[in-house]
Amino acid sequence: MLAKRLIPCLDIKDGRTVKGINFLSLRDAGDPVENALRYQEEGADELVFLDISATVEGRTTLADLVKRIASVLEIPFTVGGGIRTVDDVHRIVLSGADKVSINSQAVRNPQLITEAASRFGSQCMVVAIDVKAAGRMPSGYEVMVDGGRTPAGLDAIAWAKAVEDHGAGEILLTSMEADGTKAGYDVGITREVAKAVSIPVIASGGAGKEEDFLEVLCDSCGADAALAASVFHYHELAIASLKAYLQSHGITVRF
Amino acid sequence: MTVLIDYDAGNVFSVTAALERLGEEVVLTDDPSTILSADHVVFPGVGHAAAAMEKLEERGLVDVLCAVKAPFLGICLGGQLMLSSSDEGPVRCLGLVPGRVMRFDKGQVHRIPQIGWNQVHYKDSPLFEGIRQDDWFFFDHSYYMDPDEGSSLAVSQADAFTYSSAIVMDNFFGVQFHPEKSGRAGARLLANFLEVR
Repeated sequence: MLAKRLIPCLDIKDGRTVKGINFLSLRDAGDPVENALRYQEEGADELVFLDISATVEGRTTLADLVKRIASVLEIPFTVGGGIRTVDDVHRIVLSGADKVSINSQAVRNPQLITEAASRFGSQCMVVAIDVKAAGRMPSGYEVMVDGGRTPAGLDAIAWAKAVEDHGAGEILLTSMEADGTKAGYDVGITREVAKAVSIPVIASGGAGKEEDFLEVLCDSCGADAALAASVFHYHELAIASLKAYLQSHGITVRF
Repeated sequence: MTVLIDYDAGNVFSVTAALERLGEEVVLTDDPSTILSADHVVFPGVGHAAAAMEKLEERGLVDVLCAVKAPFLGICLGGQLMLSSSDEGPVRCLGLVPGRVMRFDKGQVHRIPQIGWNQVHYKDSPLFEGIRQDDWFFFDHSYYMDPDEGSSLAVSQADAFTYSSAIVMDNFFGVQFHPEKSGRAGARLLANFLEVR
């Protein structure tokens, strides 16, 4: 049986880890390589690095950073942020990333998913889907792009199914409203997406306490992995004790 | 010296890094004489089986790989390509280990691809020396190895479905998981492989 995965997420800007809430007021949070090794030591199952650099210079440092991470890290990691072309995907994969995550660009050009998946395999293509409650959509949730600022006019469930059909290997689902609140994952939309597709679903946005992880990873919701940033970064939850808690509630975890 | 087969198929950076962390000298090459003179040969692979076989053929590597006498380790797609054929194409493969590669059946396995950490239950082998029985390794695959009886070295479970997660035939080892991404257990497996003579 596959273990349910706990995935710390690190936001990267100009080669440094940064922390902020709802994409505002960033502050320096250290060297990504050191952060990554700490998470590996603590028992993280995978890591996600999201590059939020605004400049071309910031982005070009990313491939170097990915190489530094891949040289020392013994667990898988995903890199996302600003990836627009198959060549961008190629550069990141060549630098040693196991998976690449695309978001807005997948909405603008779904062929990118298909082309990259056929070249590098579905298993390395993660499509990040940011969603927000919207009554006018059949599922009640709309896909958002540009860091959650722009409604994409797509229904969350329809888009999740479409990315699977385009060849995505995994979905990283973030509820924009839950993100940063620490009030729990959005179980409703996570369950609907997990039911609608057969590729793995990573839940993201809102993790605050142990129960939040249990709620989203248990069979009745069905997420395959849970991503979180602040609770891990600030040691509010220790990964080992969180895993012990989940195991005591019947969730398969890796020790 | 360990040779890593260069055929433009995936994550060679991480495999190289993992072997170098063990102090091993690694050469990435498609040169037949270098491959055939290596102490160990590692055959990585990520992507599509038919596309990968095509690249091996373009570079004239099929016969070279079949002629390797040194300990040989296929990883993920590399392990799959060691079997006789793959349904991912379908395509004829190297035939180093009898058996075929099949796609997980949606009726039996509820998440495809299988991405994440899974337990590996192994038979006695130098490859798994010192590794805890049922220890965790990282997997990322939609197809699985179905070797003929006797060539399976380890099994794992996808939901209730049991499949081979490691295969062996003489000097040829194949693993479905990524040892280079599997923490200490994976590093130990690679170290064990480098000890095989």
